[in-house]
Amino acid sequence: MRDAAAILAGRLAARASRALGAGGGTTVPGRVALALAPGLIGRLVARLPGGVVLVSGTNGKTTTARLLDGVLAAAGRTAVHNRAGANLLPGIASALVERAGLDGRPRAEVGLFEVDEFALPAAVEATRPLVVVLLNLFRDQLDRYGEIDIIAERWARVLAALPPGATVVANADDPMVADVAATWAGRCLLFGLDDAPDRGGARTLEHAADARYCYRCGVLYEYGLVALGHMGHYRCPRCGRARPAPAVRARTVRLRGADGAFFTLVLPDGEVAISTALPGLYNVYDATAAAAGALALGADVATIARGLAATAPAFGRGERVALDGREALFLLAKNPAGFNAVLRTVLDAEAAPVVLIAINDLAADGRDISWLWDVDFEVLRDRARAVVVSGLRAEDMALRLKYAGVPASCVTVERDPLRALEAGRARLGDGERLYVLPTYTAMLDLRDRLARQGYLRGFWKQ
Amino acid sequence: MDLRICHLYPDLLNLYGDRGNVATLVRRAQWRGLDVHVLEARLGEAVDPGAADLFFIGGGEDRQQRLAAPDLRAVKGSALREAAADGAVVLAVCGGYQLLGHAYRPADGPVLEGLGLLDLETVHPGPGARRLIGNIVVRDLAGGRLLVGFENHGGRTRLGSAAAPLGTVVAGFGNNGEDRTEGAVAGTVYGTYLHGPLLPKNAWFADQLIVLALRRRWGDVTLAPLSDAEEDRAAVAAAARAGVRVRLDLGLPDP
Repeated sequence: MRDAAAILAGRLAARASRALGAGGGTTVPGRVALALAPGLIGRLVARLPGGVVLVSGTNGKTTTARLLDGVLAAAGRTAVHNRAGANLLPGIASALVERAGLDGRPRAEVGLFEVDEFALPAAVEATRPLVVVLLNLFRDQLDRYGEIDIIAERWARVLAALPPGATVVANADDPMVADVAATWAGRCLLFGLDDAPDRGGARTLEHAADARYCYRCGVLYEYGLVALGHMGHYRCPRCGRARPAPAVRARTVRLRGADGAFFTLVLPDGEVAISTALPGLYNVYDATAAAAGALALGADVATIARGLAATAPAFGRGERVALDGREALFLLAKNPAGFNAVLRTVLDAEAAPVVLIAINDLAADGRDISWLWDVDFEVLRDRARAVVVSGLRAEDMALRLKYAGVPASCVTVERDPLRALEAGRARLGDGERLYVLPTYTAMLDLRDRLARQGYLRGFWKQ
Repeated sequence: MDLRICHLYPDLLNLYGDRGNVATLVRRAQWRGLDVHVLEARLGEAVDPGAADLFFIGGGEDRQQRLAAPDLRAVKGSALREAAADGAVVLAVCGGYQLLGHAYRPADGPVLEGLGLLDLETVHPGPGARRLIGNIVVRDLAGGRLLVGFENHGGRTRLGSAAAPLGTVVAGFGNNGEDRTEGAVAGTVYGTYLHGPLLPKNAWFADQLIVLALRRRWGDVTLAPLSDAEEDRAAVAAAARAGVRVRLDLGLPDP
């Protein structure tokens, strides 16, 4: 009875929030429902016949969950999913309330939730998941989380609290994540990349690499392959601790600039060619993680391939927006490792790109923007034809570009998002696209302005 | 004329864009036509006290500090002391700053013994204590000019009588969130909690350190002025995020 009232109240809150134009109502309904009926999440997910999958990590949560959703859909299974990326408990509750009848029965088979890396303990406690997907740990929002070691320790404690039948899906290529997964005594499914496109033979860590010292020895790992940030084929020269062999692997990876990637997905019982529209090596990781998660849920090879191929980019993450005869490609970039990966994708796609970089320092972005100095913006120096900088910290970004050696004549500071888009668009030639690299709230802001101008739909409707 | 910089633990104590400090020193010296050499000294690597004019140490998490502290004392300590006594500049930020003091007591685990190059001690009140996080504006004690940045530390630092604060907190927390002091100076040794990183937006301070570093081998040097429009605009914007309004037309020193 109480739950029915909470579900009803949550739905009304969602409707009100949308009517007021206060965003997508992706957290308020859950907050309302949880206030009226504490423990509601647990009671609702207990009635999902297929159980719950949680996806967590610094980068790739939203995209990986969408890919998993795509595979579930290809298998004819329905999921209740916090698609809009509201990944704290109220966001999970909102998604459930939205899909639940007043009888407290969700109209879906599986619960699929991306979870903020710091909120994972609470989410595990609330949902008792069947599968937990651990993607990666990078430095991100240091003002909010403190230190990635602390998150790794929290994750290790989380695994100890999992139901015994649960499967942990984890990234073998990330030393910290692999260490966490090794503490789990139950079923574990590791994923990783067998190879990555050679970047001029470079096998050295970029500056932003985080977990580069062996936990036990304090000695630098040796890398046979550096895929992305600190992820790759690592080995401690002193104690011999090395990347464990993953069961789910991407092989012969071929990136197609902004248009996506091809790779061979190797599973324990077969391999299959994958074509994805999601650009960049980081999305190959996401797709491999989603494949491992789907495998843990019992999907077969053909269904996984179909689901991955059918998944379109999530809002702001490889999303294309038509701008009066030109195209803007949104590539969310919210921390050094992610930004470096996105810059590489842009430069792979175009010889002399026009780029818009929008940096905000709101709570959801991280209020500390010192990480801009850990991004290798130097790669734009002799390549970018024009860079427009925008957002609340546009001036900091302009300064960063100055010290990266990007000529002042290439840089335009335009705090206003719409004017920044217009300034970028004006620099485009025929058939060229504008690469938009925003932090999280800057991305939402840019999209919101475009939506008001009628260029695209609200992110909560996607 | 050349400037020689030694970056200590570049891949270990590098938490908050610290390499931006080195990049700023390098570029600003190069823009004046100086030759610049950057040495790096990692864990286990000794430093030559005469080989650099400026030593830089960045910040790290507790785990990284735990790796760096014994190395700093045993492998690099005497050389740094000798260099500092001879007029070389030492600049340490956040975690590195804490390690230049006598000791740092982390949230948990044993006390880390520091280098004692600055007369100060740092104590973390425990894992439940509030971290001192946010945009910060400091008025430099020597010249009254402003420094802007971001701070994020659990440790509370208290200065002894042989160290002077770098500045007074205008907005933010500073050394301990209580006595309005921020950072420490003793001779040519500087420590501060300001990152952001510190030097790009505080170009005047970067130049001051360059002049000081050059003095030992080249005597008094005057640096040609640069156009710091981007630096100043970023500093004003950062100060505004800390709630401090600075008017550009009045110049940064006088808000």
